[in-house]
Amino acid sequence: MNQVLHDVGALSPTAFVLVSITKVGTAFTVVLLTVAMLTLMERKVSAWIQDRLGPNRVGPGGLLQPIADGIKNLLKEETYPAEASRAYFLLAPAITIIPALVLFAVIPFASPLPTPWGLVDPIIADVSIGVLFVLALSSLGVYGIVMAGWSSNSKYAFLGGMRASAQMVSYEIGLGMSLVPVFMLTGDVTLTETIWVQQEGLGLWFAFPLSVAFFLFIVSAFAETNRLPFDLPEAESELVTGYHTEYSSMKFSMFFIAEYAHVLTVSALMATLFLGGWDIPFWQGDDMRVVGPGLVMGAEPAWWKTLLTFAAFTAKTLFFVFMFMWVRWTVPRFRYDQVMDLGWKVVLEAITVFILLVGAEILVLDAIGLPYGFLYGLILTVTNFGALALLLFVLDRNRIIGGAYRRPVKRVPVGERIDGRPKEHESPVEAGVE
Amino acid sequence: MAIGVKTLERPESNTSYLRASLRGMALTFRHLVAPKNTEQYPDEPLKLDPRWRGTHRMEVHADGRPKCVACGLCPAVCPANCIRLVPGEDDQGNRYPIVYEIDEFRCIFCGMCQEVCPVEAIHVGQDFENSEYTRDRFVYDLDRLMAQDHPVTALWDPSDPLSE
Repeated sequence: MNQVLHDVGALSPTAFVLVSITKVGTAFTVVLLTVAMLTLMERKVSAWIQDRLGPNRVGPGGLLQPIADGIKNLLKEETYPAEASRAYFLLAPAITIIPALVLFAVIPFASPLPTPWGLVDPIIADVSIGVLFVLALSSLGVYGIVMAGWSSNSKYAFLGGMRASAQMVSYEIGLGMSLVPVFMLTGDVTLTETIWVQQEGLGLWFAFPLSVAFFLFIVSAFAETNRLPFDLPEAESELVTGYHTEYSSMKFSMFFIAEYAHVLTVSALMATLFLGGWDIPFWQGDDMRVVGPGLVMGAEPAWWKTLLTFAAFTAKTLFFVFMFMWVRWTVPRFRYDQVMDLGWKVVLEAITVFILLVGAEILVLDAIGLPYGFLYGLILTVTNFGALALLLFVLDRNRIIGGAYRRPVKRVPVGERIDGRPKEHESPVEAGVE
Repeated sequence: MAIGVKTLERPESNTSYLRASLRGMALTFRHLVAPKNTEQYPDEPLKLDPRWRGTHRMEVHADGRPKCVACGLCPAVCPANCIRLVPGEDDQGNRYPIVYEIDEFRCIFCGMCQEVCPVEAIHVGQDFENSEYTRDRFVYDLDRLMAQDHPVTALWDPSDPLSE
């Protein structure tokens, strides 16, 4: 393992404050701009999948469409339902959007950047509780939605809020549990350490040794962001639009922005936890970790490495964002009981067994004294893929999740009675004859 | 009685949610990258087929007279009864239309007037961008029909039935 230390120099307290403000401002702007562009990307992807062109009137290739949408939403009338609880009605959009944006504070988005004033770590807050912070805040998101549904005093909004709370509470467990194997391997909960372990400690992205957890994390993440195939809280065909039925203008937009911000954050999180974050594959030159003020362990930091790693991080994040959209426009919505079944009877059980498996493996591998490294990860990978194959085998073919098929119907000739009903009330189709 | 829904009976080994979803995603991805057939109509002119039938047009002799000989076949054959023809005859005994009106709202654009015309005077044409402020402006009189300058529709050729 590369343990070389580079002293780039620490930031002075004044510089630290200025750099932090710059980082917060930049991250906030970039995230909000990206979210705006994601709405366009969603419309474009959906259009292309349906053999259409999508928005192409505003700006080159429709690039300015989000701005036009934003202006339109700002100019719309604000409506307040007469019987709504005004304070909570106003509070709900804010509570929904803030956690989605704050989550970005703990995600490292590039390798450390050396500047004339000292070393800048491209993460807003490298807090020691890392992912616990993410889980805590992402579960706050449900309050905004429930509050919106409740305070609107509308049956559709209320049903949407109910479904959202049930669904998000159920899948939060899967989401949190599928991170446990990651932290058992990392030995830490900070995201910077997670990236460092994937770069140098194990030399393997966690998507390989922990792909069962990765798979279940993706499923839970889809449910947590209320996106298809788990978009029951919105369910346009049943609930108008669910919890934000009564909202108009920019307050409606806030829910929209929050949803895309959530998608972006969860994608960035998946990239960081399972695809090595800003790590560039097959290249050791970017394997570095900030170990103290101005101190970097591993490779020499450089500004161009920061740019390259940022590009890698963006590519990985956008890949997951694209996957979110791709799945949305392919897979139809689950039924409500199926969603609950999947959350409580499949994801929870599967991840519990997988945690036990990984834990046992780590115990055994440590007991026989195998050094923590590539071989260690390779052994985990092999057993993991076995577990993944078993999981998919058990899940599929109608054992737990089935496709559309006909329930076995006893074939009887037309005219013979089945289930005791008079035969004149019996159609050939019911009798199982086409 | 319940409505009979025809469902396919498949062996359970063929029913797979995950593989079906992956196949679905492959399908949507193929559509995602496939070239699109959208025509940018108002920006670019629409590509009309040679036998596409639209607004009528009356052919004109070099000296500016209509080619129509007022034989009366087109109002006779017109299934929508949208052609009004009042025939006239000049000193040399040449027949010409005194009144020739086509109501483009009544017309069903079957093209039978063009097919039946013995002197290839009346045609349906490759034009559809008509808009007027009043309904009676859609009754095209002879002058207006002669003033149309869009391409005319090709007739069906029996020796080449598929237009190949």
